[in-house]
Amino acid sequence: MTAAAIVGVLAAAGTYLVLQRGLVRVALGFVLLSHAANVLLIAAGGLGRRGVPIEGSPGPAADPLPQAFTLTAIVIGFGMTAFLLALAFRTGVELGDDDLEAGGGAATELGDDDLEAGEGVGAAELDGPDGSAEPGGAPRREDAP
Amino acid sequence: MSWALTLPLALPLAAAALTVLARGRPAAQRVVALASALAVLACAVALVWATRDGEVFAAGMGGWPPRFRITLVADPFAALMLAVTALMVTVCLLFAAARGDDERPYFHALVQVLFAGACGAYLTADIFDLFVFVEVALIASYVLLTLGGTPARLRAGAVYVTTNLLASTAFVAGVALLYGAAGTVNFAELAGRARDSGEVAVAGAFILAALAVKASLVPVHGWLPRSYPAPSPAVTALFSGLLTKMGVYAMFRVYCTVFEGDATLRTPLLAAAALTMLLGVLGAVGRERMRDILSFHMVSQVGYLVMALGVSGVAGLSAGIFFMLQYIVVKTSLFLCAGAVETFEGTGALKELGAVAGRRPVLAAAFGVSALSLAGVPPLSGFFAKLALLQAAFGADDHAVAAVAVGVSFLTLFSMVKIWNGVFWGERPAAATATTAGAGGAAPGDAAAAPPTRRRAGALVAPAAALAALSLAAGLGAEVLWALSQNAAALLADPAAYVEAVLR
Repeated sequence: MTAAAIVGVLAAAGTYLVLQRGLVRVALGFVLLSHAANVLLIAAGGLGRRGVPIEGSPGPAADPLPQAFTLTAIVIGFGMTAFLLALAFRTGVELGDDDLEAGGGAATELGDDDLEAGEGVGAAELDGPDGSAEPGGAPRREDAP
Repeated sequence: MSWALTLPLALPLAAAALTVLARGRPAAQRVVALASALAVLACAVALVWATRDGEVFAAGMGGWPPRFRITLVADPFAALMLAVTALMVTVCLLFAAARGDDERPYFHALVQVLFAGACGAYLTADIFDLFVFVEVALIASYVLLTLGGTPARLRAGAVYVTTNLLASTAFVAGVALLYGAAGTVNFAELAGRARDSGEVAVAGAFILAALAVKASLVPVHGWLPRSYPAPSPAVTALFSGLLTKMGVYAMFRVYCTVFEGDATLRTPLLAAAALTMLLGVLGAVGRERMRDILSFHMVSQVGYLVMALGVSGVAGLSAGIFFMLQYIVVKTSLFLCAGAVETFEGTGALKELGAVAGRRPVLAAAFGVSALSLAGVPPLSGFFAKLALLQAAFGADDHAVAAVAVGVSFLTLFSMVKIWNGVFWGERPAAATATTAGAGGAAPGDAAAAPPTRRRAGALVAPAAALAALSLAAGLGAEVLWALSQNAAALLADPAAYVEAVLR
């Protein structure tokens, strides 16, 4: 029951943050959402069984497999969070704000209308095979040595 | 044969490491990347050959008992998907090399990681490992999509990353529910469990819903047309061949094993399929850029694949597998054509293009063949795929969804003719000539500013032409591919051999 409440609160707060406009808030929202999923995974292995999984120890032990799943999921969630924060930072550098619908850039005014999204995408087509059309030049490219 | 199952994972990951070490030497990176793709292709073809009679190969890692070990398994479906994936990676790498996209230091490493993730997703026998491999592929795709960091790509990247991340979180939550309900995540042990237990069925449906986002089924398709046209054309082509298909493959696998013919989800799947076909193709009507139009068609075609899953049975699944295999080839060819046009002309907007057929006849032929195949015109592969699918649908008395499928084929043809008329026929608008010459928006260093040499032009067109020829061959020799698809579908519809191989 406690686990269910924790998952519910984390998922609700995460959903609220993911629906915000700024990418940093979205990243934090995903942190909470992935924690909700992690708690759910742990709960799948049985929270009531707290014994130590060693021979001769008292009481039944929890299932270790979901704990291994959770460790994996935490690592993946960590990587995704790092990427989202990098994306937010890069967006802040390019657009002057981590809010994708505000800020500068070539096709901003068309930003939040789904029907117009393709026009905004057009800017991407203009970079040549060597990627030389990117604003900002070499020092800001993430692949600069 | 079992040792061969580790190669499609090990080779791309090793190649990814090597290409990072060979940073700054594009030629060496190309050789390593292509060698990895070709080696996996050879391995996959060997697996297709070995599984042609319905044999299933499994390789358990680490010597644990079957229940706990990580198992890689190749049934005919997985082997076929592996082969077509390796082929697409090879072709897209050649195109990227011709376009110069692969000169970014980490391009090859990212493609190889994406490739490894896709291979792992096809080969795994475990739903949690499926999640892990899908994530491996996705995180590489996030970076590939935003590579370059232009505002348009960052916007597309934000939509793409957040949607897929949300779907992944839902996926892992579904895995938790499934483990809680069934006590296992092994496909072999999950086989048919949803028929007996309502809890497992709910968890399975939760996972299918998460996978539907990744496969871009209506109504959760909005991210795909907004993000796929943004990266460089080689990356779009690669994504079209690998990523959404991975979602569809996972849906096939989960639905066919966990639900094993249970008909509860049949109606929702067919309804979603019909809506996806229709809304995808209608979304394409208003678009004015080649890759935008093609991206919406991608949504539409996913509808056909899910329709096959909904129709189910050996007939429906054979049609679905045949459809998926030939469709990956056709769609990648179309995106490569669009990429070649954009490289030659400097734009993909229909209004600014025209009369390309006169200047690039081979490219026009490749596009024409692939477009007709997508619409389903005989004798191309798309025709046989749709024929088999419609036969299966009528055989299962799904007349309504079959009618939608036929209607959408006409609309697809209409859309392809629109691209053909806008890009390859007619005359090039005078204003557009001025634009691409550098007056309005074309950046310096753009491909249009410096016309590609004859040799480079050939290298840009050849990949698309080769895939179009393959579609024609798959149409003329449909019997071979059809036999393989039927064999794969038989094992998918009755997982007894799969279960036996995994738990042995």
